[in-house]
This record gives sequence, C-alpha cells and structure tokens, in this order.
Amino acid sequence: MVGSGTLRHRFLGVYLPLAGFLIFLLFPFYWMVIVSLKPTNDLFNTANNPFWVQHFTLENYAYLFQKTAFLSWLQNTLIVSVAATAISLFCSVLIGYALARLNFPGSNVLALGIFLAYLVPDTLLFLPLAQVIAKLHLYNTYWALILTYPTRLIPFASWLLMGYFKTIPKEIEECAMIDGMSRLGGLTRIILPLALPGVLSAGIFSFTLSWNEFLYALIFMSTGAMKTIPVGTVSDLVKADVLFWGSLMASAVLGSVPVAFIYSFFVENYVQGMTAGAVKG
Amino acid sequence: MATTTTAGAGPAARPHQAFNPLRRPLAALERQAPLGVVLMVPGLLLLLVFMAYPFFLGIYLSMTDSTIGETGSFVGIRNFAALLSDGIFLQTVRNTFVYAFFTVPFKLGFGLALALVLNNKMPFRNAIRAGVLLPWIVPTALSSLGWFMIFDPVFSPISWLLRQLGLISHNVNFLGDAYLAIASVCLANVWRGIPFFGIAILAGLQAVPQELHEAAAIDGAGAWQRFRAVTLPVIRGVVLIATLYSIIWTFADFQLIYVLTKGGPANQTHVFGTYAYQIGLNATQIGQGAAIALYMFPILALFAIVLLRFVRGQEE
Repeated sequence: MVGSGTLRHRFLGVYLPLAGFLIFLLFPFYWMVIVSLKPTNDLFNTANNPFWVQHFTLENYAYLFQKTAFLSWLQNTLIVSVAATAISLFCSVLIGYALARLNFPGSNVLALGIFLAYLVPDTLLFLPLAQVIAKLHLYNTYWALILTYPTRLIPFASWLLMGYFKTIPKEIEECAMIDGMSRLGGLTRIILPLALPGVLSAGIFSFTLSWNEFLYALIFMSTGAMKTIPVGTVSDLVKADVLFWGSLMASAVLGSVPVAFIYSFFVENYVQGMTAGAVKG
Repeated sequence: MATTTTAGAGPAARPHQAFNPLRRPLAALERQAPLGVVLMVPGLLLLLVFMAYPFFLGIYLSMTDSTIGETGSFVGIRNFAALLSDGIFLQTVRNTFVYAFFTVPFKLGFGLALALVLNNKMPFRNAIRAGVLLPWIVPTALSSLGWFMIFDPVFSPISWLLRQLGLISHNVNFLGDAYLAIASVCLANVWRGIPFFGIAILAGLQAVPQELHEAAAIDGAGAWQRFRAVTLPVIRGVVLIATLYSIIWTFADFQLIYVLTKGGPANQTHVFGTYAYQIGLNATQIGQGAAIALYMFPILALFAIVLLRFVRGQEE
C-alpha cells in the first residue's frame, strides 16, 4: 500500500489531506443544516459565532410545511421522478439487450447515436423543446417532465445496462433456448436477474437525476403548485429582499436528504455504475 | 410497433394460418433482426420526439426572428452575425471558456489527490466515500443555495472569519464584484466537480497492479517515480475521459450560475446556457436565444468526437 509506512507518514499522507477534503466538501452542507436550525434573530446578531447553533429551533421547518407549497413540490418531484425512472428503465433494458445481444441492421449506428445523445446538454435543447411542449399542450403537466426526462436518462442507462448484459455469458441463454425458452424469456428470466446490480444502478441514477433536474422543470412546470423541489426552493423562497434564510436552507436540506440517503446505501453500486457507464463507456 | 412485425400476416395471410394470427409475428420475434428493431422502438421514439426533433427545430428557430408566441420569418444567419457584435455575447463566450477550462486543472488535481487518499485503508471507508460524493450527487440548484449564502454580502461565514482574524474591515461582496463573482462560481464548480474526478480515478486505481508497486518499491523507486511509472499509465484513460466529460458538462452548465448570479453582476458571469435563457425566455427572443445555444455546438461536437475516440480506444 502507498501509505503503509509509519504512523507519522499515515497522518501526513492520509488523514491530514483527508480531513482537508472532508471539511471543504462537506462544509456547505454543514452550513445549510445549522442555518436551518437557527431562529432568524440569531442570524442577524453578529455577536454570535455563525458556525454554531446558539438556540436550536425547528420553526424554519414548521414554516416550510405550513406557509409554503413544499409538500406539493415534494409530491410533484416524487411523481415525476418515479414515472420518468420507470419509463427510462423499461426503454433502457430493451435497448441495452438489443444492442448487447442482437445483430440487426443499423445497430452500430444506433449505439453510436445513443452514446452521442448522452452528450447533448439540456441547454442546447431547452428553447426549441419549450415550443414542442407548448404545441403538445403539455405545459405545467406532469407529462412535460415525465416524457422529457427519459431523453436525459435513457442514453446513460442503456449504455450502462448494455455493459452489464455483455458480461453475462451468452451460453446460459443459448442452453435455455435449446430447451425451448424464447429470447424474451431469456431476457426476463435469465439476463435481468443476473444483471440486477446493473438495473439497480441504472434505476438509482435515473431517479436521482430526475430528482435533481432543474432547467426543464424551471421552464416546463413553473406555475402555481406544480413546481419541483429544486425549482420551488430557488424561485419561490428566493424572492423577497429580506430572505428567509432559515426556511430556504431547510428546504435545500430536505430536498437533498433523499438522494443523500439513497447513495449512502448504494455507494458501492454507484461507483460500479459510474465506472461501467461514465468512465469505461 | 405491430406494423413492423406483422407485415405479410394481414388479410393476405394463407387460410391455414388464420387459426393463430399471432404465430408469424411471434416467430419473427425469435429472429434477431425484427426483435432488435422492435426493442429499440419505445426508447428511440422518445429520443426522436423530445431530443432529435427539438435539435433540428432549434437550428430552424435560430434562423428566424421568432419570439415566444409568434413564429417569425426566415432571416438566414442574421442572428448568428448579430451576436458577433454583441458585447454581452462576447463576454459570455469569454466567461464560458474561463468557467469550463480554468476549473478543470483544479478538479483534476484535487480529484486525483482525493482518489489517492481514499485508496488507502481507513476506518469508516464506505461512509467517507459516500460523504465526499455528496457535492456531486445532491441537487446542484439546492447546494448552490448553500454557496449563495456562503457568498452573501451580509451573512457570509468567510467574511465573518476574515473579520475575526482582522484581515478585512468590511464584508466581501463575493457575487457583486466582477472578478470575485466569476472566481466564486468557479470555486463552487470545482467543489461540485472534485468528487466526480475522485471517484472515477479511484475506480481506475483498482486496476493498478500492487505487485508492480511493491517490486518498484523494492528496487528503490520513490513514491513519485512509482506514481509516474506504475500508476499513471493505468489511470491515464480514466483521467482523460473524466476530463472530457467534465469539460462538456461545465461548458453547457446552467443551474449553478443561474442560482448564484443569474449571469450578473453586469453580465460578468453569463455562460451560454444562462444568456440563451435570458434572451430566449426573459426577453422572449427565442430565435436569437436558439442561436446563442447553438454557438455551443461546434465545441461540444469537437469534445464529443475526441471523447468517442478515447472511449472506443478503451474498449479495444
């Protein structure tokens, strides 16, 4: 190992830099949490040490639930994320299987096209896409996001699943097919169970990317109570001259907790997924 | 979907097959080519309607003087030409290049350092890994609000700390000063990007053969020599690919800057995405906005091609 030397070496080579990284990378979250737990008066009192909570309170959270549309935003975000994830997983499993297992004309071009689709940023498309959404009368409906998010998710998820499917030996299915199983039976009863970690990774990715999405939600679902958590927090809670920092940070914390929670359980899967998909392609 | 597979099984189908109309299509699904095409349909349909079509619609829009709610007339490349003499657009181009390229060495350098640190045995390894990933995985719009307050002229903890240390007498206006504002959004971007590089490189490090490291150490190679000769060749591909992804994402970023500055002060932090939003939606000049966004395309295409070549090289 690189740092298997003396204790001094380990301290200077591992723990000290690690502490630096942890402080820098986690401080903004620490800050958001402590601000959300302080009464507003404490924020304005410059005699207080801002890095600590002097008087603990949950009033910012109470304000968020009682005086803002946070619960509607939460509901919207959940509905959109779950539906977009389901659609994306369905499409991506089929595409991943087709590209990994089947020879058909144009499959190479399609694989290339899907890889390139992963690189098309939302900022390139949002203006014309807004017109498409308007023409289809989808503005301010869940469908505006449920149908557009998969375009951001399918390319990555199919690429990821294709990689997983390729690692499963073809012989298993070929044996089952000799025994009379159909190709689709092979997909649902052999490949999918074996590729479950991959499907799980793709699902986590899709869900969190949907949960985190901002630009499309900002434009396509921006009126009344139809906002998602990121958009509602940014556009409804940041508008007064005197900001309600406490409830703003409370909303930011609550909007971040679900993804943080999911990842803390699936971090291994996540790393695998990222290396299979984002890095090795 | 059915039309692609039932060709020939319609009314003209021979009578002795009529007792099971699904037989031919189902049999076709056992052959690779028809099944492959059918399986691609649902996903491709979504990608065509909500990605490919808007892309071409955007090219068309950029050559019209359309506004929101009003289809304009064809004006050729006038929008693109007009932008070249638009001072704010030229500022936007400069900002985007600074934002995308100036931040990369920091993300890469710190990300590599983070990966090398995390590659050691340590207690709570999984919890620490999950922790350092947070900046990259939580909603950027929300974590940017945290930075928004950290950079606030009144409430900034950085200003407070500097005042306590006696280094400044007045709070720093991080997002109100032209240079500080671009530096601040770059800092937040580096913060968000380090975990991506860190975890990607950490995964690459798993492929470094430990025996080689030990052999080199026995031969008297120092840490730096071992890193250059043993580690670097293995992780070079991962580093390059992560860098290209990061450049593409940062180049086309929107939300971090939208939340922190909305392109201000005095347009000093506009990037393509935020300026296209301002012109296309706030100012309702959707044709002009589409042209701004399309100016990103050549450079994105360039990086996409380079990335594609590297990814393919990795696979072989």
